[in-house]
Amino acid sequence: MSPGHYLALSAILFTIGGIGVLVRRNAIVVFMCVELMLNACNLAFVSFSRKQGNLDGQIIAFFVMVVAAAEVVVGLAIIMTIFRTRRSSSVDDANLLKY
Amino acid sequence: MKAEGIQAAAWLLIAFPLLGAAVLLLGGRRTDRWGHLLGVAMSLASFAVGAGMFVQMLGYDDAERRRTLHLWNFFDVGSLHVGMDLLVDPLSISFVLLITGVGSLIHIYSMGYMAHDEDRRRFFAYLNLFVAAMLTLVLGANYVVLFLGWEGVGLASYLLIGFWQFKPTAAVAAKKAFVVNRVGDLGLVTAIMLMFATFNSVDFTTILGTGAEHVGLAAKLTSGTATALGLLLLLGACGKSAQLPLQSWLLDAMEGPTPVSALIHAATMVTAGVYLIVRSAPIFEMSPDAQMVVTIVGAATLLAGAIIGSGKDDIKKALAGSTMSQIGYMTLAAGLGTPGYALAIAHLIAHGFFKAGLFLGAGSVMHATGDDVNMRHYGALRKVMYVTYGTFGLGYLAIIGCPPFSGYFTKDGIIEAAYNKGGTSGAILGTCALVGAGITAYYMSRVMIMTFFGEKRWQEGVHPHESPKVMTIPLILLAVGSVFAGGFLVLGGFSDFLAPVVGTPEEEHFNPVSAPGVATFVLMIVGVAIAWRQYGARPVPLEAPAGSFLTRAARRDLYGDAINESLLMRPGQWLTRLAVWFDNRGVDGAVNGIAAGVGGTSGRIRRIQTGYARSYALSMYLGAAIVVAALLVVNVS
Amino acid sequence: MTDFPWLTVLIALPAVGALLVGLLPRENESLAKQAALGISVVEAVLAIVMTTAFKTGGDRFQFQEKYWWIKQFGVHWAVGVDGVALVLVLLSVILVPLVIIASWDEAGRSGGTDTPPKRSAKIYFALLLALEAMMVGVFAATDVFLFYVFFEAMLIPVYFIIGSYGGPQRSYAAVKFLLYSLFGGLLMLVSVIWLYPLSQEQLGHGTFMFEELNKMQHVDGMTAKWLFLGFFVAFAIKAPMVPVHTWLPDAAAQAPAGALVLVVGVLDKVGTYGMLRFCLELFPGAAKWATPVVLAFAVISIVYGAVLAIGQVDLKRLVAYTSVSHFGFIVLGIFAMTSQGQSGATLYMVNHGFSTGALFLLVGFMIARRKSARIDAFGGVQKVAPVLAGTFLVAGLSGLSLPGLSTFVSELMVLIGTFSRHRLPAVLAASGIVLAAIYILWTYQRTMGGPAREEVKGMPDLSLREKVAVAPIIAIIVAMGLFPQPVLKAINPSVDKGLSRVQVQDPAPKINGNVAENGARP
Repeated sequence: MSPGHYLALSAILFTIGGIGVLVRRNAIVVFMCVELMLNACNLAFVSFSRKQGNLDGQIIAFFVMVVAAAEVVVGLAIIMTIFRTRRSSSVDDANLLKY
Repeated sequence: MKAEGIQAAAWLLIAFPLLGAAVLLLGGRRTDRWGHLLGVAMSLASFAVGAGMFVQMLGYDDAERRRTLHLWNFFDVGSLHVGMDLLVDPLSISFVLLITGVGSLIHIYSMGYMAHDEDRRRFFAYLNLFVAAMLTLVLGANYVVLFLGWEGVGLASYLLIGFWQFKPTAAVAAKKAFVVNRVGDLGLVTAIMLMFATFNSVDFTTILGTGAEHVGLAAKLTSGTATALGLLLLLGACGKSAQLPLQSWLLDAMEGPTPVSALIHAATMVTAGVYLIVRSAPIFEMSPDAQMVVTIVGAATLLAGAIIGSGKDDIKKALAGSTMSQIGYMTLAAGLGTPGYALAIAHLIAHGFFKAGLFLGAGSVMHATGDDVNMRHYGALRKVMYVTYGTFGLGYLAIIGCPPFSGYFTKDGIIEAAYNKGGTSGAILGTCALVGAGITAYYMSRVMIMTFFGEKRWQEGVHPHESPKVMTIPLILLAVGSVFAGGFLVLGGFSDFLAPVVGTPEEEHFNPVSAPGVATFVLMIVGVAIAWRQYGARPVPLEAPAGSFLTRAARRDLYGDAINESLLMRPGQWLTRLAVWFDNRGVDGAVNGIAAGVGGTSGRIRRIQTGYARSYALSMYLGAAIVVAALLVVNVS
Repeated sequence: MTDFPWLTVLIALPAVGALLVGLLPRENESLAKQAALGISVVEAVLAIVMTTAFKTGGDRFQFQEKYWWIKQFGVHWAVGVDGVALVLVLLSVILVPLVIIASWDEAGRSGGTDTPPKRSAKIYFALLLALEAMMVGVFAATDVFLFYVFFEAMLIPVYFIIGSYGGPQRSYAAVKFLLYSLFGGLLMLVSVIWLYPLSQEQLGHGTFMFEELNKMQHVDGMTAKWLFLGFFVAFAIKAPMVPVHTWLPDAAAQAPAGALVLVVGVLDKVGTYGMLRFCLELFPGAAKWATPVVLAFAVISIVYGAVLAIGQVDLKRLVAYTSVSHFGFIVLGIFAMTSQGQSGATLYMVNHGFSTGALFLLVGFMIARRKSARIDAFGGVQKVAPVLAGTFLVAGLSGLSLPGLSTFVSELMVLIGTFSRHRLPAVLAASGIVLAAIYILWTYQRTMGGPAREEVKGMPDLSLREKVAVAPIIAIIVAMGLFPQPVLKAINPSVDKGLSRVQVQDPAPKINGNVAENGARP
């Protein structure tokens, strides 16, 4: 399998995640789609790392994972709080920050 | 030459009354009790200094009589040097004596006239201020100092016309006088600008030279510049001296207390225009056109004033019309050039005496009748007011030019000089002056007869009485002046006295039986006779009859106010309103419009912020897609 | 004494004073007032002492100080005054204590007709002191960048004074003032920044020092025009000239009278001062290029401002429009480019500061009594409050440039100076003297003349405090009307140096020659 295939898989995963973010209303699902996009990026990094023959991409993938973990902590906490106050996990209900 | 002796203290002339005014205005109510005495004392002190200077001048030769006094540098910038300089010469000393002499008499008279006014102190403060400003005007040795006095008298006139500010008519009249004068001042200011641009100087010495020989720079003027300067100065003179077309303020100015009308609006301030023209003689000499305009203005005003005077039932306004007319004579004379200058000044001084006397007499009558100014409410006052009657009568004889009283000498001289100018213009000007003399006799007889002769037409509750001595003594002294001043000046060599300033007229003998003289005398008799037939031979109705077209026009000041109103005031108000509208809606509207436009646009644009996180995410995707597409396009091509 | 850092002290004293007054306890208002007054009086005394050390024949800029501020950009803390700046600094420091006395009781109350919530008086006085520091700084700065900083920083105290202590529409007026000034200021900032590479190119090192920038000889014509415009628009807005004047009437109608004295009397002078100092001397060629247009706008300002003043019904707006007219005269004098015109214009700045200052103070006193700024709310005041009416008349007469009062000398000089080079604008401008008589005397007639209205009866005359605030200004107006020469002596050399930089000479007279035996002066 050439790295090109991995990259194609990465692009597909990223697109699926992106579309999920755009079309889904449930905050948890949106959140999971974001994770999907992050992991698609990780896959791309690792593929490039393999192709280039150095470890930079691998290291960045670790960084992304750490950031993603931190994000999960904060993000889930926010979603929980919103759900507690509004009794809803739809992202469209949280639209107070507008004009 | 530098001033010496008493003349070196010429500044005291101005300082005394100025000090008086300052003390009385700053002192406030504390000076109420003795304020009027201080005012009179300061005026008399000024007169004493003036008399001393005059005596000293008589001791000099003709050539040495022009003395200057440098007080301090007013302002110097670049090549513009303006000093606080005073000039003492025969012309200014004549005015000094007139102003301080007649002024002091009127100060004394006012002690009685204003005795019951609670603001008498303020009145004397303003009178002193006026004397100081008027002396600055005639003593100034350059056009800027002259202008300082010129506006100073305008201010004093404004304050005194509006002395009874609580009367709306007085407040309006005061403002009108100042504003109309300002139109004239525009001429004078522009003349000063033109002088500096032309000569780089505003000094009399530099521009006008030191004597009748006119060795000043004015002698090098081109006729175009000279005409422009002459006309601008004339505009200034017209404003101050109430000559056509800036005459309209003088009749309204009668709202002021009567001593003010006597001092400012008859004897001194309104003659400042004549002074300006005579002083600037070397400029006018360079421009026959400007001189011609001066004579035309003078002739037109002397007729207009006389006609207005004939139609008025208000004694002060009748006298005001007369003042306009008499100053018209002076302006006419001043426009005649060298033959006329001395006559103009002689008539000015004689007029100062008899017109001040007439106004103070009118004040005395008003004092007696409870401030009634309507002559139809007078009549038969000769029986109760002997002194007023006598002094008013002498002034009357003087103004109509009855020989041998003052007016006979000075006015006949002007009429004759006008005819002597020669040519068609001389004949027309002379005839105007001649006809004016006839009308003068008519309207003055009318005033005299309606006031002192005929039946009593007093209002109920009015018990006329003679005025107190403090008022009658100035009347008597002015009457003496009215009788003798003219003859003394004309026969006593006044034109020789003035010759170092204005030149020697070629023909200076007074001729008592010339053709114009005889004609003037005849017309005077005719004028008196018509007045007697209309007002003496039959009772005067209490209500004014409708009158002819001319009478109606005269009552409305020959429609001067109507013309001003329709030509200047209404368009001015309209323009003001338009400008205010334009500024609010146009200029400020544009500014606010831009602000509203920016605000509106951003209001629309901010609608994009919907608050839906998903739509923000979409826009980010699109943005990223566009960036990537752009990169691809650039890299591929 | 000369190496004493006079100007830095003069700037620092009110700035520190403002901080101190602002930190005083809020409850003790009178302490704040006394402290503010004390500081401003010390400031005025210091400035007068400094003036005595000024040598009229000496260097152009005196009391100079120069320290690096931002070395990387060639910016200095550089201060120094020439005659023109000196008289304007004096104007500012003399007016401030009088304004503080005049607003002793009014501060914290509104400047308009309603009574908004009472505000902290100490902050008002602190802002006045801060404004004073900026005003001294802006006139004293000899570094163009420093000038710009003060120029913009001045807006801050004024914005808060109008916005917090103004009349019912104060926020509209404050924002309008701020936006107008910022717009001009940013245009100027572009020009200021542009000067830096230009100086690198012309002088070999980047600098903002005025005297060094002055040596730039070969600025490209087009560049100079753009730079000139950047500065000029900022100054024209500040001055204010028609058609960018509309912020002034609104600000005037809303601002408290005391602060208004400083805004119109001093702050606006920065505009005309900037034209004289920066527009003309840094870009002489461009200034000559723009002269016809500027003169036209100056004449329009004179006539248009006067006509609008006649049409106003609000006293403060009226005085504001008279100022637009007077600023027209000042600009006319500056761009006439004759020594009479420019000295006259500079003198006019000082005189206008005092005479309009007196007018605004008196209008403020009238409004405080009547709770209305409308002209028709008054009538017959002369009868009940003669001192108020009398001082109003003197201030007004100075405004219509009556000879013997201060404004006359400057106006005549401007007119004479303009006429000798540009005939028509001078004659048109002279018509302003008739219009001035109408707007002042008509106002006097309607407010002071006539029978006393019911509402006006019982109106108290000026109190001792108010007299103390106005009397010095009236005295200065009279004194400067008769003895302007000492001030002119300070102004003239600076103006001459400026004119020689612009390379123009006064026009020669048409008819020359000495009258043999008399000389120029009798």
